[in-house]
Order: sequence, then structure tokens, then C-alpha cells
Amino acid sequence: MKLSISHTTTYTYDAPVQYGLQKMRLTPVSDRHQTVLNWNLAIEGGTSELTCIDQYQNHCTLVQIDSGATRVSLTASGEVETHSSDGILGKIYGSAPLWHFKQTTDRTKAGSGIAELSRMISTSTGDLGELHALSNTILEAVPYRNGATTVTTTAEEALHLAGGVCQDHAQIFIAAVRHAEIPARYVSGYLMMDDRIDQDASHAWAEVHIDGLGWVAFDVSNGISPDERYVRLATGRDSIDAAPVTGLQLGQARETMDVSLQIQQ
Amino acid sequence: MDTKPIHFDEMLAAEGSVRAPYHAYEAWFSKQNPSRLKAKSKDAEAFFRRTGITFNVYGKEAAQERLIPFDLIPRIISSREWTKLAKGIEQRVRAINMFLYDIYHRQEILRAGIIPTDLIAKNDAFLPQMIGLTPPGDVYTHIVGTDIVRTGEDDFYVLEDNARTPSGVSYMLENRETMLQMFPELFSQNRVKPVSDYPKNLRKSLAACAPPNCTGKPTVAILTPGIHNSAYFEHSFLADQMGVELVEGHDLRVVDGHIAMRTTKGHKQIDVLYRRVDDDYLDPLNFRPDSMLGVPGIMDVYRAGNITITNAPGTGIADDKAIYSYIPDIVEFYTGEKAILRNVETYRCAEPDALKYVLDNLAELVVKEVHGSGGYGMLVGPAASKKELADFEQKLRSNPANYIAQPTLSLSTVPIFVKKGLSPRHVDLRPFVLVSPNGIEITPGGLTRVALQEGSLVVNSSQGGGTKDTWVLEE
Repeated sequence: MKLSISHTTTYTYDAPVQYGLQKMRLTPVSDRHQTVLNWNLAIEGGTSELTCIDQYQNHCTLVQIDSGATRVSLTASGEVETHSSDGILGKIYGSAPLWHFKQTTDRTKAGSGIAELSRMISTSTGDLGELHALSNTILEAVPYRNGATTVTTTAEEALHLAGGVCQDHAQIFIAAVRHAEIPARYVSGYLMMDDRIDQDASHAWAEVHIDGLGWVAFDVSNGISPDERYVRLATGRDSIDAAPVTGLQLGQARETMDVSLQIQQ
Repeated sequence: MDTKPIHFDEMLAAEGSVRAPYHAYEAWFSKQNPSRLKAKSKDAEAFFRRTGITFNVYGKEAAQERLIPFDLIPRIISSREWTKLAKGIEQRVRAINMFLYDIYHRQEILRAGIIPTDLIAKNDAFLPQMIGLTPPGDVYTHIVGTDIVRTGEDDFYVLEDNARTPSGVSYMLENRETMLQMFPELFSQNRVKPVSDYPKNLRKSLAACAPPNCTGKPTVAILTPGIHNSAYFEHSFLADQMGVELVEGHDLRVVDGHIAMRTTKGHKQIDVLYRRVDDDYLDPLNFRPDSMLGVPGIMDVYRAGNITITNAPGTGIADDKAIYSYIPDIVEFYTGEKAILRNVETYRCAEPDALKYVLDNLAELVVKEVHGSGGYGMLVGPAASKKELADFEQKLRSNPANYIAQPTLSLSTVPIFVKKGLSPRHVDLRPFVLVSPNGIEITPGGLTRVALQEGSLVVNSSQGGGTKDTWVLEE
């Protein structure tokens, strides 16, 4: 499936920015699931300083906000051909070893709730049936609800709040899977919802390493393994590592963010 | 003294004779008028006050800035002793750099089962942001200060590798400078290898680590956390001696994809940054967002090949005291050679059998935190009170993996100058090593730290230790 994507993130500041950086992980890479046909980053109100590849092979672009700017907009756009892979990325490994994806992070630390969920997993080799069951249980316990959580909410917190968004679902799933000693990672990317061109937001899901299969993707929020409507952008241990944009600015200016995302065939 | 010293004294042998490296010095010393030496000792203190050599002690507000006491009796090492030591240190430093490269790439040493994976995987000092990054020349630890102790004529042990951020080199340089000023005649009677080239060599070594995208002559700078850091004097001293800029995080920013410092003529690109800021605080964009000490985005600039950070972030994993216990295996794994220098026997309290032994023998052991340094948070069993032992037992039981234990070594002594003449005190030695893609260079000697209290084994300056000039004699 050929997907045409245009994704604009706009930051507005209530005072001129003296010095600020935005790190973009907004460049998809070709893999078994997807072939990037063309891709472009356009920056208004800022300058691209450099590109680099991080420890998870994400392609990053470091942007400096123009001095005195009150608005910076980052547009990633292009075309990606996706392939039907039944959510199986396979045995493709970067520099980060598998054991690294078994380690908890601040956002994916298991508390009593996650530990309880994790009991649904009986084997550390990863069983597709058990993992799908876990995914369904999480969605039942934590229905999709905007505003219940924030970007910094941890997996355990989201579980107790009993409501959350894709980031929370992915992190709860990852935390529970890791607690069962199975490698798991966070994926940020795009999902084309069939009924619309203007999408609400970028998406997030999880990948689990299953013996014999390699990396397999699970979208807890939608109760499925990702198909051709999904585009992978970045991966990491949690939502910090794989955030599409991470920013920092010096000074007093307060930042508000607005996202516009169009995906169509 | 009534009883014969059971410790190996490096100057005076047990039978009352003077050891060979000290012959010329002793001949000179025995002719000195003690009151003149006492006056010289005062001169030395005044000299240190003038040059501003002080250090800050954490947690002691009243005495924030202190002089590290200097003792005027040099510690003397023969050429033969030094050759063996230097060979052993070089081998160890080479292996540590190969280990660090491996840990952040294919982890062959874990696959081979030499080190348990969990020791790396669950280690806070393992820095994921370094995975897959290859620094120029595969060098991670550019500036090393290997702590060596001696227990006998030919018995040298490595106590710590200090691959992360060794400090104290300024004392090595100032101690020599002081000795040269106070006793110039000694340096014509003894052929002592010079140390004064260190700043020049450091600068050359750092410049040789320039990143792939540096064109032209590399610019070196030192990044300091600022005047409140305990080693601020050393940061400014080294910058001054090397003729490079001393900068703080707020002086730096990303310019044209590089890190640049503010100067009167605009921004100037930095190619090699000798940073004395800890990993966690180095880059608020990529590590701790609340850090005001670091440089936002520097890790991205580093990954893009536009700057070299020395020592490399993530190097601290080699200083972990549980990893230390594997260094002989590490040396053998990467170099195919047996380790020349010995390790102190180390009990990893994470292992149940070891923990049991440690708890049963606490009063005889030295217990250290795996990530500790500077003598903080450690227990010296033989010197501890019943209550201290009991408190430490609690700590050990609640978090055993946080500790290792070692037997109390009978450290060698070198005399210090006291009212009644000479009196033996325990010492250690920290030679300073420079590593660049061009090779490994060790300054002859290093910093000798000396416990000033009789019988004490704690030489750390933060715990009341002093220093001595350290001589390595020419052949």
C-alpha cells in the first residue's frame, strides 16, 4: 500500500525564544515492513544543524530554533510503500542487544499492577496467543480516553488511572512483557485510519521479540498486529527514546504544540 | 617504635638498611638540619597557598576549601620497578579501551560468558546512548589514573582503574615544582625523570583525538561544572597550563552542527572537549533535563562526528567495582596475554557465598560501593567501631549487589617528615596515563597519596590524606 503522509508539528511560544533545540525523529527508514519512496523535512522558524543516527538506528535531525522566533514548524512529508507482513518485522537487529530491551526504564517500571498483568505470560520465549490476550486485557482495563494521562505518565500510573492513549497502552504492554523477561520495545509512527484523511495524532505501538519469529508488532489501542496502514518512524525502550520530537529551550517562554497530520493512499 | 614494622617500607628496609633507590636521598637527608627542613616545610605550605592549590570537601561546610598537606620526603621508584609497572598499566588501559568498545558494540565478552550479562545490562553506568557509537581511534578512556598499591618488594596491585575522571594530576605537577624550588640540589644529585611535559602531552593527546569532521587544527577546551566543583582548581590549572579555554555549559551552544564557545570575536568551534562534568549532567536534551551544567545536544553533535568528548560518556562502566573484579579476565580476553599487574582479591557481594563470607569477616575487610569513589561510603573493617560494623551489615543485607569487599592490604609505607624525624606512613600511587589513536603515554611517577595518621590506610585527600612528590629514577 502506498501511503502519502504530511505531518506538521508547530510550536508556538508566548515570548521570543533566545536559544532552543528540537530533536526530530521524523525520518522513516526502509525495512521489511516499509520502503520509503521519498521523504522531506521542512523547517520554518528554525535551522537544521545536523543529522545523526542514534543508538536504535533512528534517523535524527537536530534543529535550532531561530533566535527571537515565537513559532517553529516542522513538516515531515513523503511517500512510503508498506508491505503486508502480519506485524512481523523479523530477525533484524541493530547495535542494541536484545538484553537491553528487557531492562525497565522510569516509564516502564513494573509496579504491583503491571506485575499482576505480567502473570498472563507463562513463557519467556514469547507466545503469540498469550501476547494478544495480554493486549486485549490491557485495552479492557485501560480504555482509550484522551486527557486521562499526560506524556510523562508511567505505565503503572496509566494502569491505575484506567484510561489512556496509545503511548500508555504501548508502555503498559512493554512493561508487562519485560517483567516476564521478554525483550520489548516502543515504536512511534503513523497509522492511517480508513475513514479520514486528517488524522488526530501520530501513533505508537509495541514490538516484542519472539523466539523463532524475531520482532513482532502489537497495537494494543486497536487490538491488532500492525498491517499495511502503519508506518514506523522510530523505536526505543520507551516513549522518551522514540519521541518524534524532543525539545529544550532556555528562557521563560512557554510552549504550546499543535499537530496536523494527513495520511492518504 | 617498640615492635618491628610489619609493613614493607620503601625507604628503610627491616634490617635498618636504606633501599637502593633512596641511597642518594638518604645521604643528603642525614646531613640536613631538621630546623631548616621544618622551615622549608612551612615554605611549601605558603607556596601552595599562593598558587591557590586547594580542594573542596563535600559535606563539610565549615572547611570548604582546604590545602592538601604536602610532605617533603619524596617517594622514590627505581627505573626497574617503573618499567614493570608502566608495562602493566599500559596493558590494562589497552584492555579497558577494548572492553569499552566491545560493550558498546557486539558484546563478544558477554557472548563468550566471561562476564555475566546482567552485570552490564542492569548497570546504571552502562550508557545506552553510546551503543553503536565509535569514538576516534576506538578510544574511550583518554585520561586514566590507575591506583596502585604495593605490599612488598615485587608486589604491586591495582586498586582502582579510574577510567572515568581521574583527578589529582595538578598535585603531581605542583609537588614537583615545589620540590624543585625548595631543594634544587636534590635534582642534580638524583637523576629524576621529569613530569613537567604532562600539560603539553595532554594537549597533544587530546588534539590527536579530533573527530572525523574536524578540518584543520583541532581546538581543545576544558568543560568544568564551575567553581563549586571540588576539582575546579585543577580544571583551571590544566586549561592554563595547556593554553586552552576553560568553559562552562552556558558558554557553549550548537552552531553549524558543531559545539562552539562564545568568544569576543563571535563563536569558535570546539573539536575536542575534555569534560569534567559527569555523564548524567552532560546533555540536558539527551540525559537529565534539569541539568544546568551541560551542553544541550552535545550527544547528537558527538554522534554526528562533529566533536570528541573525553573521556567518552559511558566509560564509567569500567570503574564499576564488580567489573574491576573481572579485569584480569578482561585483559586476557582482549590481549591474549596474562595480566601483568595483579588485582586485589574481590568478593562480589551480589553472589550469596561471597556475601556470607563478607558478613562473617566484616571486621577484617574493606567494603566499597560498586559505583563509589573518593573513599565515600566505604567501610574499613579493622578501623570501624562495633556500631559502624552493625550499620554496614544492615546496608549489605538490604542491597548486597551494591557492594564488593576486599581484604585489608598491608600497604607499603614511605616515611614522612615529623617533629622527631622520619615516621612511616601508608601510601598509594596514581600514575597518569594518556591514550590517543597514536598510542599510550604514561608520565613517570604520578601522585603519591599518603595517610598522615599513623597506622591509617585511608589515603584519600577527602579523608585527610596528604601527598608526596614521586620520583622515578633514570636508569
